[in-house]
Amino acid sequence: MQVYARRRLVNYIVIALSFVATGFGLLWLVLVLSTLLINGVSAITPSLFMQMTPPPGSSGGLLNAIAGSLAMTAIATAIGTPTGILAGTFLAEYARASRFGEFVRFVNDILLSAPSIIVGLFVYELMVVRMGHFSAWAGAVALAIIVVPVVVRTTEDMLRLVPATLREAAVALGAPKWKVIVMVAYRAAMQGMLTGVLLAVARISGETAPLLFTALNNQFWSGDLNAPMANLPVVIFQFAMSPYADWQTLAWGGALLITAAILLLNITARTLAAWSSFRQ
Amino acid sequence: MNSPLAQSRLQQTTPLGSSDDDGLPAPPTHRPASDPRAALRPLADGQSEHAAIATSPTLPTKVDIRNINFFYGKAQALKNISLALYDRRVTAFIGPSGCGKSTLLRILNRIYELYPGQSAAGEVLLDGENILAPGLDLNRLRAKIGMVFQKPTPFPMSIRDNIAFGIRLYERLPQSELDERIESALRRAALWDEVKDKLRQSGLSLSGGQQQRLCIARAIAIKPEVLLLDEPASALDPISTQRIEELIAELKSDYCIAIVTHNMQQAARSSDYTAFLYLGELIEFDETERIFTHPKLRRTEDYITGRFG
Repeated sequence: MQVYARRRLVNYIVIALSFVATGFGLLWLVLVLSTLLINGVSAITPSLFMQMTPPPGSSGGLLNAIAGSLAMTAIATAIGTPTGILAGTFLAEYARASRFGEFVRFVNDILLSAPSIIVGLFVYELMVVRMGHFSAWAGAVALAIIVVPVVVRTTEDMLRLVPATLREAAVALGAPKWKVIVMVAYRAAMQGMLTGVLLAVARISGETAPLLFTALNNQFWSGDLNAPMANLPVVIFQFAMSPYADWQTLAWGGALLITAAILLLNITARTLAAWSSFRQ
Repeated sequence: MNSPLAQSRLQQTTPLGSSDDDGLPAPPTHRPASDPRAALRPLADGQSEHAAIATSPTLPTKVDIRNINFFYGKAQALKNISLALYDRRVTAFIGPSGCGKSTLLRILNRIYELYPGQSAAGEVLLDGENILAPGLDLNRLRAKIGMVFQKPTPFPMSIRDNIAFGIRLYERLPQSELDERIESALRRAALWDEVKDKLRQSGLSLSGGQQQRLCIARAIAIKPEVLLLDEPASALDPISTQRIEELIAELKSDYCIAIVTHNMQQAARSSDYTAFLYLGELIEFDETERIFTHPKLRRTEDYITGRFG
């Protein structure tokens, strides 16, 4: 009986500690989000989406930064997704047990956890220094380098989840390997792979460090991908650090905007992931 | 009409050949496990160490398996297997788990080659051509030898596309012809009436038994000559199982069928010939009726009567 009583006591203590730990973690999230909401909501006005970033003391919006972020994220995704899917396919379908595959997987995992500022510096050396100026292209490439390892990893994981029996069934019909991959394995893994892409997009839409070294910023509207381009993270960085109250308000608005966009992407990704089920 | 001809690959002499015209064995009857004669009957002379393999000279051999050895890495899973699969007959592979019966089936379409480390030695002649020869076109081979697996494996696409997938690998057909082929495959697999109104629905939306019939339809849609069935009904309920067995009986008139099964009654009901494998060796191969009523070897009898330890 005594042993049992002690177990119950330990159980209660552990449950209590777990609750406290969970609450501690959630507390900061709630604080961050509520501060963001309180300060940001007032900045969400039509002009935020319709005007350019202003000089201090005059009214303006974030249109050029929003457009720049969208453009660079889109280009980065367009470069990073096919690269990542092909590399992930290579790892899952062609190099599953090979030494080279192990090596590539290891390097990819390192890239996955590499600090994004290193990626920014790398692209700075690779493109900005050689071209002689900051550019949207450099920013997009830096973001693409962050997209690739995420997509490689999710693609490989999702393809590995495709049951071997499904592949065997396609092979037994006489389908060549590439058809088995493209028409059967991709279809079975589609939702998971799409989830990976969305998570990668969510990740890069808030990245600041790689853009500081590459796309820098632009106070004006610019459609030139060979020139510096405004983007939300760097604008938030600059405006939030500034002493001007109207810039700070715009920074709050931008921060709320990015957070909402990432939340939306995550919800979409989770919904897709919930749909994906291998009913084998 | 055909005189009972005796032929044997080892020292066994096996009178074979049936009295009826087409050489078809009569429906086999299953001897109950309680049959007292089973335990009393002594082993035939010199049979304990040797396989009893009967061949039928009267039937056309579709697949001739000759001295097959199979290895998972260094572990030998099949030892010197030789037997013939006859055209338009059903051959059942029986034996306890791990005896190599599925392995044997997987050699016939060389699907084991998907996995590095698995290797086969010996010959398998399909209409006289060695399918284990290097350089053989595997896609062509697999077009001739269809396979259905233990678990239903519908592709994550519509019912129609599941069937069309295989057909499109080999033929470019106009829409109407493709639709006809899909319908006839589904009809042959006794699934048409159940799915004709929902061909655009996912194959995954069907029940297990329907999924398995879809897989059979998919396999026969590409017009194979041999059909390999790897425990096709083991994941299905009795009614679905019965439908699959009826289907096998139906398909027999067109194909050479090999079926792996753990279910003795199924082997007895569905097959014309039965091969009993144990620990990678072919113990006995004969007409199903003989295997189940007068097996030559004690080990075979012990297995089919459930006395196997």
